[in-house]
Amino acid sequence: MNSSDRAQDPFSWTLVFLCWLLATISTLGSLFFSEVMGYAPCILCWYQRICMYPLVLILPVALLPFDRNIVRSVIPLTVAGTLVAGFHTLLVGGYIPEDMKPCTQGVPCTEFHINWFGFVTIPLLSALAFLLITALLILAYRRSSP
Amino acid sequence: MKQKNLILISAIFLVLAFIVGAFVYRSQKADAAGQAYQRDKTSYVRPHSPGYGHPAAKVDIVEFFDPACETCKQFYPMVKELMAKYPNKIRLYARYTPLHQGSDTVLKMLAAADKQGKFWETLEAVFAAQSYWVSQHRARPELVWNHIGNVGLDLARLKADMELPEIANMIQQDLADARTLNVKATPEFFVNGKPLPTWGYEQLKTLVEDETRAAY
Repeated sequence: MNSSDRAQDPFSWTLVFLCWLLATISTLGSLFFSEVMGYAPCILCWYQRICMYPLVLILPVALLPFDRNIVRSVIPLTVAGTLVAGFHTLLVGGYIPEDMKPCTQGVPCTEFHINWFGFVTIPLLSALAFLLITALLILAYRRSSP
Repeated sequence: MKQKNLILISAIFLVLAFIVGAFVYRSQKADAAGQAYQRDKTSYVRPHSPGYGHPAAKVDIVEFFDPACETCKQFYPMVKELMAKYPNKIRLYARYTPLHQGSDTVLKMLAAADKQGKFWETLEAVFAAQSYWVSQHRARPELVWNHIGNVGLDLARLKADMELPEIANMIQQDLADARTLNVKATPEFFVNGKPLPTWGYEQLKTLVEDETRAAY
């Protein structure tokens, strides 16, 4: 396989396409929670949104045509999102104590709105999505290396 | 080309799923709210809530309002017009929602005016003069007095009643109910317990029309 074939590797394309699907589902899902169900996003949710929403618009650029450099460029976003979501998951799960602070009008980050099967919270879904996207992007980037 | 179509079709599918999901969720929630309302109206209407319209009307509009809210003022004649369209079929209940600074004092005036049976007359005078006593989203209750002279209130009694703990309690109760019902802005309407699907006059009109058709 020569380098231009590898750059058009259909498997890598599919991986990045899956990442875009995940990012779009996550984005629409978070919008459903806030805009339709009316749950106000807390500050950590916003940081995760900042990392997730751009993927919906940028990943198609990496797909049409396949461009591994763009894949590389968005990995910092997905890593940052994974870290914030991981921290948030532990916070909601009670593994990290939230600092004592005065009450404000905002939304506390430890509040959770959904709890499926006793452990699935919104931050956990976010962390899983970010982790999966990061893993798939790294895989796609490495597989397509010329 | 095939790849482009795949992305395009996926995007359209996901956005459609979102829209359909939102529609289904909202209508289910509205039905549940409507049924809950028929069983128990406690958080929506309190015994102290001023009502307007035929007491036996089958369609209730519950409005959480702030006298200093400009949009509430704009909605007021439109709601009355809506009620005039269905005579004796609609009853409007007002709930006190002080979201502006200083509004609570104006609401105390209105609640005290209700004790004299003049809530709606006073509200109309207060709304008519709104631009004189609200500036930059701050209510200046001391200026309201200049504009309610013609309502026919016993002003000495009104002033005394405003200090009653029961009046303060009414406003606290209404604010607590606003929180229970997730009211974050004014005016917020519930028609037979159903919230507006999205905020707006057309949505209110449609909901009132639907509820009136269903009730009569």
